[in-house]
Amino acid sequence: MSVPAIEVRGLRREFRASQGLFAAPRRVIAVDDVNFSVPAGSVLGVVGESGCGKTTLARMILGLMEPSAGEVLVDGKRLEGMDRRARARLIQPVFQDPFSSLNPRRRVRDIIAMPLVAQGNVTTSEVDRRVAESLERVGLSTEQGTRFPSQLSGGQRQRVAIARALVLRPRIVVCDEPTSALDVSVQAQILNLLAELRRDLGLTYLFISHNLAVVEHVASEVAVMYLGRIVEKRESEALFRDPRHPYTRALLDSVLTPEPGLGVPDVGLGDIMPDPANIPSGCRFHPRCPACFAPCAATTPRLTTLEDGLVECHLAG
Amino acid sequence: MSAVLQPAGAGNRRRIWRNAGAILGVGIVGFITFVAIFAPWLAPYDPFTIDLGRRVIPPMWMEGGSPLNLLGTDQLGRDYLSRLIYGARVSMIIGVATVITSGIIGTFLGVMGGFYGGRVDDAVMFAITARLSIPVVLVALAVAGLLGTSFTLVILVLGLLLWDRFAVVARSTTMQIRNLDYVAAARCAGCSPMIVLLKEVLPNIATHLAVVATLEMALAILLEAALSFLGLGVPPPLPSWGLMISEAKEYMFFSPWIIMIPGIALFVLVLGVNLLGDALRDMLGTDLSR
Amino acid sequence: MSALLEIDDLRVTFGGTAAVRGISLTVEKGETHCLVGESGCGKSVTSLAVMGLLAKGGKREAARLSFAGEDIRDYDEKRMSRLRGDRMAMIFQEPMTSLNPAYTVGSQMTEVLRRHRGTPRAQAVDRAVELLTRVGITAPGLRLGQFPHQLSGGLRQRVMIAMALMCDPELLIADEPTTALDVTVQAQILRLLAELQKDLGLGILLITHDLGIVARVADRVSVMYAGKVVESAPTAELFRAPRHPYTRGLLSCVPVPGKVKRDEPLGSIPGVVPRIPPGFIGCAFRDRCGFAEAACAADIPRRNVGPAHEALCILPEGARA
Repeated sequence: MSVPAIEVRGLRREFRASQGLFAAPRRVIAVDDVNFSVPAGSVLGVVGESGCGKTTLARMILGLMEPSAGEVLVDGKRLEGMDRRARARLIQPVFQDPFSSLNPRRRVRDIIAMPLVAQGNVTTSEVDRRVAESLERVGLSTEQGTRFPSQLSGGQRQRVAIARALVLRPRIVVCDEPTSALDVSVQAQILNLLAELRRDLGLTYLFISHNLAVVEHVASEVAVMYLGRIVEKRESEALFRDPRHPYTRALLDSVLTPEPGLGVPDVGLGDIMPDPANIPSGCRFHPRCPACFAPCAATTPRLTTLEDGLVECHLAG
Repeated sequence: MSAVLQPAGAGNRRRIWRNAGAILGVGIVGFITFVAIFAPWLAPYDPFTIDLGRRVIPPMWMEGGSPLNLLGTDQLGRDYLSRLIYGARVSMIIGVATVITSGIIGTFLGVMGGFYGGRVDDAVMFAITARLSIPVVLVALAVAGLLGTSFTLVILVLGLLLWDRFAVVARSTTMQIRNLDYVAAARCAGCSPMIVLLKEVLPNIATHLAVVATLEMALAILLEAALSFLGLGVPPPLPSWGLMISEAKEYMFFSPWIIMIPGIALFVLVLGVNLLGDALRDMLGTDLSR
Repeated sequence: MSALLEIDDLRVTFGGTAAVRGISLTVEKGETHCLVGESGCGKSVTSLAVMGLLAKGGKREAARLSFAGEDIRDYDEKRMSRLRGDRMAMIFQEPMTSLNPAYTVGSQMTEVLRRHRGTPRAQAVDRAVELLTRVGITAPGLRLGQFPHQLSGGLRQRVMIAMALMCDPELLIADEPTTALDVTVQAQILRLLAELQKDLGLGILLITHDLGIVARVADRVSVMYAGKVVESAPTAELFRAPRHPYTRGLLSCVPVPGKVKRDEPLGSIPGVVPRIPPGFIGCAFRDRCGFAEAACAADIPRRNVGPAHEALCILPEGARA
């Protein structure tokens, strides 16, 4: 059995928001006891809405933020304490906003070269060669490499971000909403590129998105997050065919497919908004859950293992 | 927004030349810099030569004036035009040197506080607050009392005291940039925090600091004039415009030009620097992420 | 009976650039007309032009621009500002930037009524409470005293809708009203708009880039590309038989959950949206179109291709991808 590309154990992250001089600081639990492992070469999609903690999770896996508890293993090695250059060779990001993920004052080829230069032991000619290779792989020309980000379109900038992520030939790429800020026609271009690159280079993706249709297209396994916990994690096809958690069902029902005549569905979630600073007792979804019954407010549901994944809900136990 | 609707970046540059204030600012500062650099060749006489036989001669265009001294002479018979020209040197050198010193100190502190946050930021904020509580003139007074007055001391006093605005601007812009994705990407790429600061943060705050620099330069020039006026700045016989105003106090009512000429020069220079700062700000824009 | 909003050959230019190059559409009472397109196509500029809210430097021309039968083309700012918020309301994408953070929700809402109808304060407050309840906000009295930053995104957008309804408008222009919201909240907001439309007979011009919203909510669709409406049809007809290659391309790009084939690439449209230089003639899509031919470089007439269905394309029926 090969080593999983990413393994996350008991990961937790708290923030303290100061409430002034006299009140105790508010504790915001962004990520609460998250566990999963991603087999090498696969794609784990992480879906959830605002406040679910998926961005915080991504930052901890990238090594940008220290967990309050738990550990992250990348390619079998502990992330904590890893030399930053070694970590860069293993795992790289592609962020959401193509406007703010590239330094506006540097040329495209310098942006792509940056991870190589940071390694410190690469000759200039080798850097140039690898940058040219990266540019070609994402479908950009050498001429475009001489431009500044402001001279490129959103889709082209995202290609630059991907080229930068790949220049060190990492094992894992963490994509945090990589197409959400792009036009629909460009989204498809970028998703196709990502799929092609994964196949050609044997990459593993952690793919975060709020767009369920995109995730279904891209991921082999999907984890649904709510208020810091994973409430359901299944094989992609199984999750979309037969969601077991009421929140997953609500999410899927909310997706407006381009099929006329069906109207807008009533998702039945009520008016209460999820607030990571005020996590409900018992099952954290219970105040909004259409299937809420007696034990839901009182006890946290246990993790139930299914044949194609797991779910955390009293109804499944 | 679409590529079709936004004006190209070049449009911004073209706009400043249409701005009368900008042209004036660049013109004034350019001219005075030129005068300051080429003073030895432009000044008709040595600014220090005293000629007690030719004291307080009015400028050429006034009654009693002489074509030998275009702007007349001061109370010690020194040619006023030459003193004015060399005075430009004093103002410009002090302005630039102060800005460089205070810029380095303020930027360093502001960036450290903005980037690292936490205790480091608390310390930086405390330093800024402490600095704002110190009155510049009293410090200059103390320094003058202990160490006397000199050209270098003025630069040191002003440079070590005028860094607060740099620090505040550097800190707030750094804090905004620190959260942008390209900084995160640089960290993920394996860059050390120092490299991230130097290559990702600094180049993107530089334009904001340039605007602060012009404002601080205007302030430094005015402060030097004020300190020299009080006798705490540049010592005589150096031709500082502030000192010239001070020395002309007694003659103010009989020979008003002695006080008006350096006063107008000071006003024009500071106006020019401020206009230049405005022009820079309009041209460079303030959007940090694009 | 005239339509609620009639636009014919609207053109908007900023300096030398043409953002909108001649679009026509109508919104009927009680109908939702969706204007769909990607970034840069000019859809937001269109809505701003209709309301008279173009930025300085924007010039608007139209063969016809009428609201409830009145020709508003030459209305000055004073007359337009009387219409706006009263009979014609607009809601924007980012509720945080369209609600003034310095004023409470209540004061912003009541201001609308007091300004347009001179309603005394107490009555305006009652109406505000009534509308907040109508849009599904619990504890409306409490909300009136809150500031925008104290509310979540979904709540703010509901407040925006309530505010837009204060004076019982006839037309609502909604520019990407749910793009910044979570998908579950989006469904709630859209249902709310549909209910309100049914109850109040509102005409809605909904601007979006999301074809899913268009399919579920629109009665009629106009597809915009590079400043022109390239196709226009009733919703069912557009999805059943899209005629313009851009519309077809867009539809093929959108993954549908449940019908997704994982190993096949998604349909996509190659290239990028071009910059339209002044004096441009012909189809702006031709460089990206799989069916382009020489005739596409000449002026394209609008063709009737089906029941109430028009397309700006010379492609004959039955052309296959």
